[in-house]
Amino acid sequence: MTKVLSVSAVDRGFAGRQVLKNVSFDVTAGRMTGFVGANGAGKTTTMRIILGVLAADAGEVTWDGRPLTRSERQSFGYMPEERGLYPKMSAREQVVYLGRLHGMSAADAKRGADEMLERVGLAERADDKLETLSLGNQQRAQVAAALVHGPEMLVLDEPFSGLDPMAVDNVVTVLRERARAGASVLFSSHQLDVVERLCDDLVIIADGTIRAAGEREALRDQYARRQFELAVDSDLGWLRDRPGTTLTDLDGRRAVVELEDGADDQELLRDALARGPVRTFRPVVPTLAEIFREVTR
Amino acid sequence: MSRQLSNWEATRLVTARELKVKIRDKTFLISTGFLLVFAILGTVVPSLIGGGATSVAVVTGAATEQLTAAGLEVREVADAAEAERLVRDGDVDSALVGGVVLALDDEPGDVVSALSVSPEVRLLDPDAINPGLAFLVPYLFAMVFFFTSLMFGLQIAQSVTEEKQTRIVEILVSSVPPRVLLAGKVLAGALLAFGQIGLLALVAIAGLRLSGSEQDNGVSLLNLLAPAIAWFLPFFVVGFVLLAAMWAVAGALVSRQEDINSVSTPVQLAVMLPFFGTIFLSDNKPAMTIMSYIPFSAPIAMPVRLFTGDAAGWEPFASLGVLALAAAGMLVIAARLYEGSLLRTNGKTSLGAAWRSSEKLSV
Repeated sequence: MTKVLSVSAVDRGFAGRQVLKNVSFDVTAGRMTGFVGANGAGKTTTMRIILGVLAADAGEVTWDGRPLTRSERQSFGYMPEERGLYPKMSAREQVVYLGRLHGMSAADAKRGADEMLERVGLAERADDKLETLSLGNQQRAQVAAALVHGPEMLVLDEPFSGLDPMAVDNVVTVLRERARAGASVLFSSHQLDVVERLCDDLVIIADGTIRAAGEREALRDQYARRQFELAVDSDLGWLRDRPGTTLTDLDGRRAVVELEDGADDQELLRDALARGPVRTFRPVVPTLAEIFREVTR
Repeated sequence: MSRQLSNWEATRLVTARELKVKIRDKTFLISTGFLLVFAILGTVVPSLIGGGATSVAVVTGAATEQLTAAGLEVREVADAAEAERLVRDGDVDSALVGGVVLALDDEPGDVVSALSVSPEVRLLDPDAINPGLAFLVPYLFAMVFFFTSLMFGLQIAQSVTEEKQTRIVEILVSSVPPRVLLAGKVLAGALLAFGQIGLLALVAIAGLRLSGSEQDNGVSLLNLLAPAIAWFLPFFVVGFVLLAAMWAVAGALVSRQEDINSVSTPVQLAVMLPFFGTIFLSDNKPAMTIMSYIPFSAPIAMPVRLFTGDAAGWEPFASLGVLALAAAGMLVIAARLYEGSLLRTNGKTSLGAAWRSSEKLSV
């Protein structure tokens, strides 16, 4: 029943430079999918192709198993990386206008705009001209504009850049609500800590190719390097000479070690206990930043 | 909650927004206000300065009917002394006293001619336009078309560039096709231009009526101009669309308002050359005939030829057909260039690049 947006084998070049090579990944309804990559890796081009603003040279984007139509795309919510609204119009007016361009009736658009502006915390400034708002508040208006028509699919290119931490929390809450209500949310960011906190699924792109894609936890397991943190009361220098173990970090009584394939982690623990009390023994889960570095290397 | 918009519905939304923004724009309101004030001044003030009908004081009974029939303001007085006093005080322009016309410092020509017997005049070519009008009318059509297509055309270009400059364009094209944006802007520009001209014409006609000069020249001038104006309207609208499409492309090629000038030279020439051409060559019949079939100058040259009676009955239809084809062709070309340049938000786009890259856009 859950709708899936599939990007399949998409290629795209600009003036002889190949920007996307065989890009494929899925965005599942009701989940937040983080899209991570360095500047110029192809995130924006991919998102533009999903929205139909750019055409793919090869490959296709399907929605619920069928190629996307223009009317389905029109129901999507989009926040481009290079963004802005009309400076001389009030926030409310342009959110209403964009709602209507997405096919809402005048009354629905008004109601939707008021509701969204309230949600993003801009209700009090809604009638001010956009150019008089602070950049952060303009950004909130952008979020409201992307969400006003209650889209089933949200594509947000760097939605958190330029937001203060309070506004980030605010927007995160709104996006989570949308996802819980069944919408698919694809968002890119280079703030890896925010992505880590927010996403259910993860897509990593580098040099126009997808390097990793899937559930965040599955990716963590996949890229977990059998590392363990060990803290004891005495010195840990003996780890240097222990077979099947590579010491990655040693700080007196605390160490991080990597076990070779087939080496038993419990045996390591027993060795440590034989030398005295053990305070900490736990697997080290890779952070998103570490996975990112690993797959884009 | 939302549904697919038809292109026409989307175009109407775009048009409505453009109109709303413009109608609230102070610069636009003030300039329109100034134009209207000038129209009133131009029509009412001359007759005020002229002082309306000449007033003449007569001793009761003498030639009153004859003078009234000539449209003069007749004031009956008791005797010759009072008539002279009224002239000296400036209460009347002249007086008729015992067969002598009194006036202060200027011979009252209309009183004299009302009292004289003129020979019968028979015009051999009664339809010929008087030379003053023959100069004025081409000038009038050329001015109206020139200023509106320059002013409203430039505004279309600015509105296109504004959407690129503020980056809202990418959100817009993700929900409606670029050619809908183009159509909405051209339509809004045409409506505004047409509305402003209409308002101006209404005020000018009302001014002529109010000032009471209709008897001598207002209405007869309007009657004389009516067929040419009736043809000018469709030519104006179609000609405006042709130029508006070009202005929109100029606006789409650049990403900053300051750069519009550097790419709009071809459009400016397409506006200016016909303007000067039709004014300077207005009595050169072969030149006017050629210009009345060139799409850019046809909106001025053909109505002028109709006014001077030089065009055959079928000619405006043929010329309007050529113009409509040119406008339709320009819209198709402009739509492609517009699509190809709208999302290039870095610097200037060349026409060639715009033409080629629109194939890569999917919408």
